[in-house]
Amino acid sequence: MHQAQTNTDIIKKPLPIIYRWLGDKIFLTVVFILGLSIIFLAFSMAWVLYSEGRLAINEFGVIGFLKGSVWDPGVRMVFGALPFIFGTFITSVVALAIAFLPAIAIAVVIAEYAPKWIGNIIENFVHLIAAIPSVVVGIWGIFVFAPWMRETVYMPIFTFTANNYPSLLPVLGNPMGYGMTTATIILALMIIPFTTALTRDAISQVPKEQREAAWALGATKWEVIRMAVLPYARGGILAGAMLSFGRAIGETMAVAMLIGNKNTFPFSILGPAATMPSVIINEFREAVGNLHLSSLMAIGLALFVISLIVNLIAAYITRKLSITGGQVV
Amino acid sequence: MFVNSNFKKKKTKLSENGTSQQQSMNMKEKGLYGSSMIRIETKNLYVKYGTTIGVNNVSVPIYNGNVTALVGPSGCGKTTFLRALNRMHDLSRDAVVTGKVLLDDLNIYDPKVNPVSIRRKIGMVFQKPTPFPTMSIFDNVVAGLKLVGIKDKKFLNEVCEKALIQAALFDEVKDRLNNPGGSLSGGQQQRLSIARALAIEPEVLLMDEPTSSLDPKSTLKIEDLMVELKKNYSIVIVTHNLAQAGRISDYSIFMYLGDMIEFGKTKDMFQNPKDKRTEEYLTGKFG
Ligand SMILES: Nc1ncnc2c1ncn2[C@@H]1O[C@H](COP(=O)(O)OP(=O)(O)O)[C@@H](O)[C@H]1O
Ligand SMILES: [Mg+2]
Repeated sequence: MHQAQTNTDIIKKPLPIIYRWLGDKIFLTVVFILGLSIIFLAFSMAWVLYSEGRLAINEFGVIGFLKGSVWDPGVRMVFGALPFIFGTFITSVVALAIAFLPAIAIAVVIAEYAPKWIGNIIENFVHLIAAIPSVVVGIWGIFVFAPWMRETVYMPIFTFTANNYPSLLPVLGNPMGYGMTTATIILALMIIPFTTALTRDAISQVPKEQREAAWALGATKWEVIRMAVLPYARGGILAGAMLSFGRAIGETMAVAMLIGNKNTFPFSILGPAATMPSVIINEFREAVGNLHLSSLMAIGLALFVISLIVNLIAAYITRKLSITGGQVV
Repeated sequence: MFVNSNFKKKKTKLSENGTSQQQSMNMKEKGLYGSSMIRIETKNLYVKYGTTIGVNNVSVPIYNGNVTALVGPSGCGKTTFLRALNRMHDLSRDAVVTGKVLLDDLNIYDPKVNPVSIRRKIGMVFQKPTPFPTMSIFDNVVAGLKLVGIKDKKFLNEVCEKALIQAALFDEVKDRLNNPGGSLSGGQQQRLSIARALAIEPEVLLMDEPTSSLDPKSTLKIEDLMVELKKNYSIVIVTHNLAQAGRISDYSIFMYLGDMIEFGKTKDMFQNPKDKRTEEYLTGKFG
């Protein structure tokens, strides 16, 4: 077109004023509004949960509700959240404990050991697991995993215990296949992808110099990973673990389908239990009376607060342990 | 006796190959070379990155108990040459090494040789200080020992102290050995990296521009350190700084575009360069 235009001309040519001035303003405004509306959304959610749950909170008191171990919507109309807090806590902590090392191991294999194309296949497969709707996982659990666990794992354990340590049977619980252990294992499978993905990212951010420093000390490949790579990536690894933990706390459908849904203590290892999300989804539509509904809302509020706290702790730990430019910050 | 016969063997081998070596193997230098053993010797060493040649047919001896400086303009292959001496190129897929690197007459590229054991004998210090940021100062220093399963706390303490003293860092950190390695200044971090390399008592120490990111005071400390260390180690140092090479090195290798142009005693080379390109580089005409 304009052959006479030199590079200098192009660089020096002023941008349209509207582009420069308006562009900045519009961008700023959009970002500002979006940011504000997210904060607003969070607050309004919390508010709705609080106002709907106020009835239960007034009735039992905050502490009384959280500490209450009886959940009886049928006869006594007494509601305490402790069984569900306990169920949520146990399932997600144990699920994280089960998932943590395998998740890191998968990330290490993808990032360090597997040939690139195999690594890609594994990685996509792991992402795929994260993308499966949890109701589908739940169905698979109901029809495949739980029966299989019952026949091959729970029954033998149960028989063995019954023959040798019958006094432990109440702790072990009923081996019907649906229960806390099954739900926890499924939960562990479901959260592996999050830890793996963030660990893998963190590993790929480790500077070449760190690896070479370890090589130069005569480290073998595994020693390089243990000494230079994983410690350097620890911020990302922990962020992944916390993300997984958050998912485990909030996971609803698959857990509700597999945990057996028992609302009162005592829980047992193999027997049924319930979590905060599972009780909400199970009883929401059949709630009898305002107090019951309000109690479910109050559990929702507690879940909201717990998730918030976990996220804040995660952000703090991640910042604390992350390494930038060779410095611990 | 042994030294002399060893030297003769080396000499004949050397004069068989390469023209650039012959010039430095004249009678005047014979006495000097005879006084020290050859620790490492490269023979027809090539390093190629795909079609780019990083090191082009270099055959050169590295003498025991001396500092050998690698000088030359940026991109001439100094780092590439240095990394060939302890098989660091094994780690990247694109570098291909051919030829021999003899460590006390053992070819480190022999398929039977375990590169891990080579790297423990030939330590390396990098351009950028590379403390492990999550480890304490103490753990950084003894990292190489812990690798081989040494757990004896008393022994580790002794080694740590000795290495830090050697690296001229001990007085500055002795009260905070448990602080993270990343909490030190750049110069201290580099001396920590040196201490870490010394703790495993290598026979040879390779240093790639170890002072290029440091302030003059830290630089001076590390230079003093090298002069001190060469009593027990053979040191090969890449440096951009000719004054530094002049101050601390006994031998110099001048490289240009992957070729070794000249090798000799630093004093001789710096005063009477034999090759025109060396002279031009030394007088600041390029580089
Ligand atoms: N990883 C690599 N891949 C491809 N080429 C490289 C690589 N590393 C170095 N080179 C090339 O090899 C030559 C020598 O590089 P280098 O040894 O780093 O030089 P110096 O240390 O003397 O500055 C340069 O031309 C450089 O571009
Ligand atoms: Mg270099």
